[in-house]
Amino acid sequence: MSERILEVENLTVDIPVGGGMLHAVQGISFHVDKGETLCIVGESGCGKSLTSLAVMDLLPKKAIRGADKLELGGEDILNAGERRMSDIRGNTMGMIFQEPMTSLNPAYTIGNQMEEALRRHRNVSTREARDRAIFLLEKVGITAAESRLSQYPHQLSGGLRQRVMIAMTLMCGPNLIIADEPTTALDVTIQAQILLLLAELQREFEMGLILITHDLGVVARIADRVAVMYAGQVVEQGTADQVFNRPTHPYTQGLLDCIPIPGKTERNKPLGSIPGIVPSLVGPFHACHFAERCQYAFGECVKGDIDMRPAVEDGHEYRCLLDPETCRANAQKRGVA
Amino acid sequence: MSETVISAKDVTRTFMISAGAFRGKKPLHAVNGVSLDVERGEVLALVGESGCGKTTFAKMLLGLLPPTEGTIEFGGTPVAEIERLKLAKMVQPIFQDPYSSLNPRKSIGSIITLPLKVQGDPNPATWRRRAEEMMELVGLPPRLFENFPNQLSGGQRQRVAIARALINRPEVVICDEPTSALDVSVQSQILNLLQDLRKELNLTYIVISHNLAVVEHIATRVAVMYLGRIVEQKDTASLFDNPEHPYTKALLESVLTPDPSLGVPDTHLGAAYPNPVDPPPGCTFNPRCARVMDHCSVIEPKRIPSGSGFVQCHLYDENEGRGRAAS
Repeated sequence: MSERILEVENLTVDIPVGGGMLHAVQGISFHVDKGETLCIVGESGCGKSLTSLAVMDLLPKKAIRGADKLELGGEDILNAGERRMSDIRGNTMGMIFQEPMTSLNPAYTIGNQMEEALRRHRNVSTREARDRAIFLLEKVGITAAESRLSQYPHQLSGGLRQRVMIAMTLMCGPNLIIADEPTTALDVTIQAQILLLLAELQREFEMGLILITHDLGVVARIADRVAVMYAGQVVEQGTADQVFNRPTHPYTQGLLDCIPIPGKTERNKPLGSIPGIVPSLVGPFHACHFAERCQYAFGECVKGDIDMRPAVEDGHEYRCLLDPETCRANAQKRGVA
Repeated sequence: MSETVISAKDVTRTFMISAGAFRGKKPLHAVNGVSLDVERGEVLALVGESGCGKTTFAKMLLGLLPPTEGTIEFGGTPVAEIERLKLAKMVQPIFQDPYSSLNPRKSIGSIITLPLKVQGDPNPATWRRRAEEMMELVGLPPRLFENFPNQLSGGQRQRVAIARALINRPEVVICDEPTSALDVSVQSQILNLLQDLRKELNLTYIVISHNLAVVEHIATRVAVMYLGRIVEQKDTASLFDNPEHPYTKALLESVLTPDPSLGVPDTHLGAAYPNPVDPPPGCTFNPRCARVMDHCSVIEPKRIPSGSGFVQCHLYDENEGRGRAAS
């Protein structure tokens, strides 16, 4: 059996706001195995970033986190103290954020920051830390690594900065990397390079990777498993093949119908779209979250919470009252299966 | 017979960039000898990586920046000779980020009617009605007239920006990354809207985007820019079916379609984007090119006619480049 790195059960994040309680994340469960890539995909405001922050215990102060289980490599981190968490973050759990310029300190050199990342957690000499930094910079495809160590973040391009971020995350040899929109700020050509690099490094170091993104193209190319989020819930979960080739939840189908695909979508023909907007998550809400925007919605959809249910294949789940066969027929009708 | 609306000839825009304290300034050719004709009713897309000069070029078309060299003509008259207000009536922009392109302290109504006010429209009594008609046309409920931008979603804000751009019925709309700040489900709504409006109001679009899937869907003609130059320009179908320039090929390869059976593509664009202050000699793409030849770093490639457009690459230059390199 493969080694489980992260196990999350029934994670919730609530944020008190003016008009009541904002239920930003509502009972999310997922797991990541060694060497596996889990992609969490969804539109802005669906709670995907809060989910990752909740796992790292980096939520804003007023947010309230709850879970039935939160284990990293078998260790309970739900009740771990702040001191223990700072030992874990950057050590066994690495993070890569969207905008490398804001996550690197502009006042320190690359070398300084990379060495610190290792020396914070390991008892090593500056020399050893420096050697590891050079080794990793070369690993992420940066030429003249040694001279880069004395450069400041502003001297590097966006793509290079993101490579430095990745190298820095690898300093302590983490088991799990959480990457939140790591390529969104980059050009398409650089995006492809960074994704390729992440995939290669992950294979080489056998890490678990959680990639959070809104870009379905990125997800399809890099994910082993995919969790589609909508309005604080996971609405569909399965392997990349299952979710993209046999999308079951109406929201997933709608999303896939929205994106123009060169060579497939007809030019000048209107694209599919999902009418309406995401519902407010303030206050109690007991109905299918997608019902308002769903073309297949019927009376039962708004009469109570909807549970995840298994689709036809193993490991493929979705949150909808329609049975798998109907969903499948719908997907074929829309041309997304 | 098609009619040329905008005609740019050898347009160059140079910025003087400080090379550091106590050193002189260096020229940066943000746009370097671009010639381009835009025909009425077409959707011309400018694509390329950040820093390739697409936005600088758009700013010159809007009359916000004068070209250093070359001329831009609008319906036969040089842009420099057209009054600012008159130009604003003919060409309008839509920007990327609807969160920063709308004044947060103005109501939706006053944002949309501002162009009418600026143009000194003679019938103030009709402004509200016309704004509401425009709001309906772009799919905004007119009851939002008194609301403020912070009460609107990203998609609705972009609709406000579109309504503002169209209220004076311009001929040309320059869309600078119109959907890249939006979610996919909203992106498709805005793209559909732009398509509908074009047919309804007989508009000409210049779309600037790095998202080639979007470009493929809405553009009729595509110009690929690299380091201030257009390296390939063709109608959409032939560019996507038969890309010729190695840079265009690499760009097309890096489009990630949602197909899990394909992995992450390796575009072979090894080196990073070059420093535009100090561009490589010869063909500026040569350090990153997968099919580079000896003379690429020596001789600048010429425009070679190809299909409905041209490509600027030595690979397709049968006699010239190779002949000279040999001698």
